[in-house]
Amino acid sequence: MKKLLLGNEAVARGIYEAGCTVVSSYPGTPSTEITEYAAKYDEIYAEWAPNEKVSMEVAIGASIAGARSFCAMKHVGLNVAADPLYTASYMGVNAGLVIAVADDPGMHSSQNEQDSRHHARASKTMMLEPADSKECLEYTKLAYELSEQFDTPVLLRLTTRVAHSRSLAQVSDRTDFSLKPYEKNIAKNVMMPAMAKVRHEIVEQRIQNQVKWAESTSINTVEINDSKIGIITAGICYEYAKEALGENASYLKLGCVYPLPVDLILDFASKCETVYVIEELDDFIETHCKKIGVNVIGKELFTFLGEYSQTLVREKILGEKVESIKIEKEIPNRPPVLCAGCPHRGVFYALKTLGVAVSGDIGCYTLGALAPLGAMDTCICMGASISALHGRNKANKDFEKNSVAVIGDSTFLHSGVTGLMDIAYNKSNSTVMILDNSITGMTGHQQNPSTGYTIKGDPTSAVNLEQLVKAVGINRVRVIDPYNIEETKQAIKEELAVDEPSVIIARRPCALLKYVKHNPPLTVNNDKCIGCEMCMKIGCPAISMKDKKAVIDYTQCVGCDVCTQMCKFSAIESKEA
Amino acid sequence: MSAKSIMIVGVGGQGTLLASRILGQALLNQGFDIKVSEVHGMSQRGGSVVTYVKYGEKVYSPVVRDCEADLIIAFEQLESVRWINHLKKDGKVIINTQEIDPMPVVIGAAEYPKDLINSIKQKNISTTALDALSLAIEAGSPKAVNVVLIGVLANIMDFDKSVWIDAVKETVPQKFLDMNLKAFDLGYDYKTI
Repeated sequence: MKKLLLGNEAVARGIYEAGCTVVSSYPGTPSTEITEYAAKYDEIYAEWAPNEKVSMEVAIGASIAGARSFCAMKHVGLNVAADPLYTASYMGVNAGLVIAVADDPGMHSSQNEQDSRHHARASKTMMLEPADSKECLEYTKLAYELSEQFDTPVLLRLTTRVAHSRSLAQVSDRTDFSLKPYEKNIAKNVMMPAMAKVRHEIVEQRIQNQVKWAESTSINTVEINDSKIGIITAGICYEYAKEALGENASYLKLGCVYPLPVDLILDFASKCETVYVIEELDDFIETHCKKIGVNVIGKELFTFLGEYSQTLVREKILGEKVESIKIEKEIPNRPPVLCAGCPHRGVFYALKTLGVAVSGDIGCYTLGALAPLGAMDTCICMGASISALHGRNKANKDFEKNSVAVIGDSTFLHSGVTGLMDIAYNKSNSTVMILDNSITGMTGHQQNPSTGYTIKGDPTSAVNLEQLVKAVGINRVRVIDPYNIEETKQAIKEELAVDEPSVIIARRPCALLKYVKHNPPLTVNNDKCIGCEMCMKIGCPAISMKDKKAVIDYTQCVGCDVCTQMCKFSAIESKEA
Repeated sequence: MSAKSIMIVGVGGQGTLLASRILGQALLNQGFDIKVSEVHGMSQRGGSVVTYVKYGEKVYSPVVRDCEADLIIAFEQLESVRWINHLKKDGKVIINTQEIDPMPVVIGAAEYPKDLINSIKQKNISTTALDALSLAIEAGSPKAVNVVLIGVLANIMDFDKSVWIDAVKETVPQKFLDMNLKAFDLGYDYKTI
């Protein structure tokens, strides 16, 4: 039966059909839905792990134990999990191990635009790249077979447009995969120098074998049409090229992007007059082609930046440009904002008014960096807020009195807690704020070890943040309600003033959570409103100015009362009043 | 037939994703090849959002670029103009006249442009502009703007009405079905300008 599946949903279906039984991931756009869909199958044990490194180690352990296993992450998540990946490549697998990594060209929801194919080559791990949902499903299943055939983990590379596009895919029944027997094998599974030296030799031979396979596999396809233009491409770029050029070009579509074939490329190139490599981000395939002596045109024509499209291919290869409809108006940008009722808003407003430097982190609250709050100095990667604050304060002790780290609950457990240990252990007088909204927010509400629920919604133990913070050696811990601006300001002032490290937990569940009860929307009393625009300073999307009076959009307002505290004229009222 | 392209544009949180799912389901039930490209993650937080829906005998690229859209459904006025360069010269637009101030306007760094719908009509673009929010509220919830607009779209496109009703039934949660069917009818019966 054919179904309209999201790319990520199709990967999950592929996992299911391949008989996989263990899935462990950490959420990250655009990879998150793979694990959410996988968790819907009763036959699959699925979990959210505290971070990507843990998730990959769980999957490796399950593979060694004999279960087909899986983990998924976004591109930057693979950096976190790179340590286990590079050694798991030496060890190989018992039952198949597939790792999905989703790159984000164009940075729809990411802090950098890295190309994960480099990780495949550097870790010497085979990598497949599907172009649509049909291939997402088929390649995932194939990846399990290849993993077992070549005794290797297999990476499945997605990009945002594949992960988040729906297209038709053929679904079939699940293959029963019984656990493979486990045998203790020190030479293969204990990576110490003596064993790893032997394994490295095996890995190099494995790549040679995979190259031979890549020369003739059915997922590296040649389509000969007009021979003037030859296109070597992979993944979503094949779709762009095919739409732009149709049968006016010949194609070599590479379903396996690492390792790459040699003879197949040489043969294809010999049949075409001019050969172009079309690939988003880095010149990965192009470099390989040039290394094997094929004269291709790549990044001298195409950009290293952002997403490609059929229009870009037409423009670069055919020289065609379109003239679009233009309307002569200044169109203001519409950047994302903290939602109406977001519990982070009060914290950032307090930090801004106190003039405090903010070492920020990854999540919804990164939006606190944008106008009008503008309350963030740095944002690097998951967990870096705390350790970078420690470094800042070690570089200049004066910063201790006017700098804080800001991090969410899920990010703190991901990799912030290790930075906090550094603060306690190496004695910087740092102040850390944990914005605990009781969920992993930006990726769309995933449970985490502090929420008390598993991915399947079952109740479980919950990390007690206060006790955890104390256990790593921080003695001053206080919990505040970020809807109360005065209390928030007071806490920040006091904790910055003391001569020891401290943690402020600003606790309020995300306003979008279903169990959160909203108050009735607030209204503006026009007789009292003088149009001073104080309420606009908190950057709430529900508030705007019309005819010099504040207006509250009742469809968005959740009655959080943060704006009420801003108004010196008591003009913002509850409907019940 | 060559592939057709529809864009659904709006503000994160307006329910554009559900609209694209209903449209996708309707097209699927008609036996087309189809691709729907969605945006998840950061821009869902009140940012400008766009979904591409393409259908035909065979669809390759899931994205729509300049001069490629046969139809644009805008959930908000400003967004209709932001994406108008994606419309084909003979393309059509459906616009919900609702205005949602983006943050630069909220904080006074920019002005919400005036007379947007007329500026589109002046380009001789076939335009249907309506207050879908009021119709949604009439149906029972301001959240039903998406289904009202699907109703308007259904009237413009050439498929049988029952195809759309089925798609709505297959896509929206059961407990909101009656309200959404009413919203669909209010959109479907709206007289196009």
